[in-house]
Amino acid sequence: MNRYQDVIIAGFGGQGVMLIGTLLAYAAMEDGQNVTYMPVYGVEMRGGTANCTVVVSTEDIGSPIIHHPRSLIAMNRPSLEKFQPRVVDQGVVVINSSLVEMELAQKERLKTFAVAANEIADALGNTKMANMVALGAYVQLTQIVPLEAVKQSLKKVISPHYAKMIPANEKALQAGADSVGP
Amino acid sequence: MPGKPKRILVKGNEAICRGAVAAGCQCYFGYPITPQNDIPEYLSKVMPKLGRVFVQAESEIAAANMLLGAAACGVRAMTSSSSPGISLKQEAISYMAGSQLPAVIVNMSRGGPGLGDIGPSQGDYYQAVKGGGHGDYRQLVLAPGTVQEAYDLVIKAFDLAFAYRNPVMVLGDAIIAQMMEPVAVREVEAPPASEDLGWNLMGKGSRPPRVLKSLYLEDSALAGHNALLREKYASMEKEVLYESFMVNDAELIVVAFGSIGRIAKSTVRGLREKGHKVGLLRPITLFPFPSAVLGALAEQRKLFLTIEHNLGQMVDDVRLAVRKHADSFFYGHLPGNLPTPDDFEQPILQVMGVAR
Repeated sequence: MNRYQDVIIAGFGGQGVMLIGTLLAYAAMEDGQNVTYMPVYGVEMRGGTANCTVVVSTEDIGSPIIHHPRSLIAMNRPSLEKFQPRVVDQGVVVINSSLVEMELAQKERLKTFAVAANEIADALGNTKMANMVALGAYVQLTQIVPLEAVKQSLKKVISPHYAKMIPANEKALQAGADSVGP
Repeated sequence: MPGKPKRILVKGNEAICRGAVAAGCQCYFGYPITPQNDIPEYLSKVMPKLGRVFVQAESEIAAANMLLGAAACGVRAMTSSSSPGISLKQEAISYMAGSQLPAVIVNMSRGGPGLGDIGPSQGDYYQAVKGGGHGDYRQLVLAPGTVQEAYDLVIKAFDLAFAYRNPVMVLGDAIIAQMMEPVAVREVEAPPASEDLGWNLMGKGSRPPRVLKSLYLEDSALAGHNALLREKYASMEKEVLYESFMVNDAELIVVAFGSIGRIAKSTVRGLREKGHKVGLLRPITLFPFPSAVLGALAEQRKLFLTIEHNLGQMVDDVRLAVRKHADSFFYGHLPGNLPTPDDFEQPILQVMGVAR
């Protein structure tokens, strides 16, 4: 049985969207799946928004670039406005409701989920971990990879210099997952 | 898991570097340009630690001529750049071809003409395949469609360069350069010890002198040289590599290389799910070109659509390959626009509708 999922992860530069994209890609590899990670780089980065596309599949992956993604993690309003219209019908959209009004969500067409990523991260002591909260929620909702694989991959994508941050990031991933499901 | 090769998650540029290091590349000469800057950056850290040579040259031209010098000594050496920088290296590539020197050149191509942009493009097909420099020469051209292939083909490029004593180009683009994928890596090989290959310069000692040159002024000498080169280029035919996907029952075959080949594969899968009989032929070697397999498919009365990220270059070779029985339609995605699988759906359906 082939499994396929793709996601655009988007936000402000500095929100760590590239980091969680890399983390998801690493976890998918450790989980034995095929995966591609495509960053949008160049001029778009300097404009203030950053995004990347991750494709995870049990069969070999064709395109690493997806115009109509099956899911989206929108960390800020410009990202939701840009990418939400492109998500396929019934696609999963995780919205950082700390920074985005949920009235903007296309609730009829899509499976939208509000995750107060900044507040949850604040409660854990570091607002910078909002990205991990959002990824934890996304992984819980889609089961794209086991959450445990994501946690295990932290040590591979966070530089040794910041190794002391890993336990806190694990908690943020878990808190995100807990915020959307059992 | 035991027995399984180690997998690492790296971008294409790093895979190129790791492949070169694993293949025993002794010298790298480079000069910065986006989107291949990760290559000199990575090698500037790694090569000195391994006791190998990294040089950031004063220009692309200098780097290419340093490559020529290393190659003349029989050393495994590489340079890399992106489109405008590759143009600057063409004189040295022509000289290396003329002097029969083994060298690896990586082009992570970007949009053109001129400085263009820093996004992906396949605008350098003609330059890579038809001889970007002056004179009548060919270089082997390998076009990875995945990060794993980028790794594997760089290793292969070194072997081919020395097997044929000829420049070999690895032609990627900004997509292959910047995307990350898992790569199964092999053990790193130390560069081979300096050995007498029968032609390389390593200090004359008491033997007769060797001359590596591309200048042949004596009566009929150049013709003799070109005859040898022609024979060599023809013998490269056996190195043809390609990926074929769902071609057997296909009514239409998409021909696309590199990143466009893999993006088109998604389009083909999507159209198959809707019941359209579409297949994909992705040339991996661009020279030599997989003409024979395309010719055989043409004999089966299939339709062909060449898709490229340019205004139409490889389509010439596809048309030549299928000319006895068929022709090829063409869809060119403009450099400057990022291609997605959706972009290729209508062009494919149009050809299937129009031509039937």
